[in-house]
Amino acid sequence: MARPGDVAAFALGALRGYRLRTLLMLVAMGIGVAAVVVLTALGEGARRYVADSFASLGTHLLIVLPGRAETRGGVPTTLMGETPRDLTLDDARALLRSRHIRRIAPISVGGSVVSWRARQRDSLVLGTSADFLAIRRWSMRRGRFLPRGELDAAEPVCVIGETVRRELFGVTPALGRWLRIGEYRFRVIGILSPTGRSIGVDTGELVIIPVASAQAIFNNPSLFRIIVEARSREDIPRAKADIIRIIRERHQGEEDVTVVTQDAVLATFDRIFRALTLAVGGIAAISLGVAGILIMNVMLVAVTQRRPEIGLLKALGAAPRTILLLFLTEAALLSSAGAGLGLVVGQAGSWAVRLGFPVLPAHAPWWASLAGVLVAVGTGTLFSLLPARRAARLDPVAALARR
Amino acid sequence: MTALVRLQGIRRDFRVGDQVVHALDGIDLTVEAGEYLAVTGPSGSGKSTLLNVIGLLDRPTAGRYELRGEDVTLLSDEQQAAVRNRTIGFVFQFFHLVPRLTAQENVELPMLLAGIAPEERAERAASVLDRLGLADRRHHRPDQLSGGQRQRVAIARATVMQPALILADEPTGNLDTHSGAEVIGILEQLNDEGITLIVVTHDTGIAGRARRRVHIVDGAIQSDQARDPAHGETG
Ligand SMILES: Nc1ncnc2c1ncn2[C@@H]1O[C@H](COP(=O)(O)OP(=O)(O)OP(=O)(O)O)[C@@H](O)[C@H]1O
Ligand SMILES: [Mg+2]
Repeated sequence: MARPGDVAAFALGALRGYRLRTLLMLVAMGIGVAAVVVLTALGEGARRYVADSFASLGTHLLIVLPGRAETRGGVPTTLMGETPRDLTLDDARALLRSRHIRRIAPISVGGSVVSWRARQRDSLVLGTSADFLAIRRWSMRRGRFLPRGELDAAEPVCVIGETVRRELFGVTPALGRWLRIGEYRFRVIGILSPTGRSIGVDTGELVIIPVASAQAIFNNPSLFRIIVEARSREDIPRAKADIIRIIRERHQGEEDVTVVTQDAVLATFDRIFRALTLAVGGIAAISLGVAGILIMNVMLVAVTQRRPEIGLLKALGAAPRTILLLFLTEAALLSSAGAGLGLVVGQAGSWAVRLGFPVLPAHAPWWASLAGVLVAVGTGTLFSLLPARRAARLDPVAALARR
Repeated sequence: MTALVRLQGIRRDFRVGDQVVHALDGIDLTVEAGEYLAVTGPSGSGKSTLLNVIGLLDRPTAGRYELRGEDVTLLSDEQQAAVRNRTIGFVFQFFHLVPRLTAQENVELPMLLAGIAPEERAERAASVLDRLGLADRRHHRPDQLSGGQRQRVAIARATVMQPALILADEPTGNLDTHSGAEVIGILEQLNDEGITLIVVTHDTGIAGRARRRVHIVDGAIQSDQARDPAHGETG
């Protein structure tokens, strides 16, 4: 029996002997693996992008929404035909009774025209309280955030985002000026630092005012939601239970709010993106299957081309299984090299994606790269089984005959 | 002493469509170790088929084939491959060298298949090539060699495993007279050293040099004669 090293060397020699064929199969395999790597890198990048955005929201947060909802999967949808009871400032204040809750920020939002002198723009107006800044982990660029005080104190002060400041005030200092929001006037007391990306909101576009003022402007006593920060990660489940209990007591025994934990939302997105990555990777893997079929055909041609050589090897004493081994080794070497090539190209592609879209941390997950390589080598070798067996069964007399 | 090759009632039928061709039609032949045998006959008489059966490249349809007393028709494909590797050397009309391999690598092939270590392979291949006057052609590929040189490489490959039997099917069929004579000279020299030699040939001159001549017609042995000793020995 031939030595494994010799078998490999002979197979390598054969691959070098038929350069075009070898190159073709390398490219086919390479494209397949590269596709798996790049596409899963994109999927994974998107997942990480969302995950990072959530992390920037702050830690151990809970969100209280008015209305009972199906919370499977964590994204709430209000049940049909049910008018939820308002979520009020008193409800928000009552939540602080729980020892598992560190701080809360009631939220009331609406769009409004914001103007200073002749300049005006549409802006998202967010009514909240002093603790909001700490909960969201935002910071001030200049001035200060909303003052501490009673939640229902409708002080005429506001904090604006960087974009709003630039568009309304330009080079004029904004602090201390009086902004007009709808029918009311607010003194600018602070400017938000532009933060990185944050789910759903661009801090630059915001105008923040005390929650009671927002309720007055929008003429709506119901809160949009309450953001709750638990004392620690471990406190989240108990904080959730407390919230539900407190609200139910206040709402005549009716459990008419939905509490969403950040973890649950994150987990949902995580699941969605993992599924997406898997699906995209699977589609890319199909290209590997196609490459496998190509390999099978090229190997079949190779077996036909090399009939005299196969006949000779048999005459020289190669057993059928040695011939089988030779051809399978050729295929395995070829698909490994192709997979290696694809891996390199795929990594380069992911790198290019990261270069082009810095917000997308497009790194192929290790399991996808591994699976890509395994599938490549697996299909390459598997699809060569038929040609290799044909070679092994070749009748040496016929193979050696000059026809 | 048992014969090297003993064929009894060997038949080989080929089915072509609904017709059956009797390529070998009841061959009885015994070849002792060390013999030098020429097989002649008209085209299509079954000479190559006979050689293929003796070389275990083809299985007879019927009959018994003993190689050194062992019924080799009963062996599996794998076992027959091992017998070919160790006991039989082939020399073909069309040389059948692997074009991408050098002369030395071609000669090493049977040893590679036998699992012999690379150093020993290189040493043995070099020494055989040396003997056949190809020392300076070791690293040439077949397309860089003349026909005669190619056939000498093929002979080197056939002998490097020190087989008991060399089967040559028209070894000079593709060579000019001079190279042909050279190749036959080498084969005869190997026979002098004890290797059994069976040569299929159309060339009566070559056939006349063999010590025994078997003439086949229509798949049957028509004559089997020892050479006239008056001719004297050659080599
Ligand atoms: N694979 C095959 N299928 C069908 N018929 C075959 C096959 N191989 C050989 N034959 C037939 O068997 C007969 C003997 O063929 P073989 O090749 O042994 O003749 P040969 O004596 O070597 O002829 P040549 O001198 O031309 O080489 C021929 O009639 C040939 O047509
Ligand atoms: Mg013939």
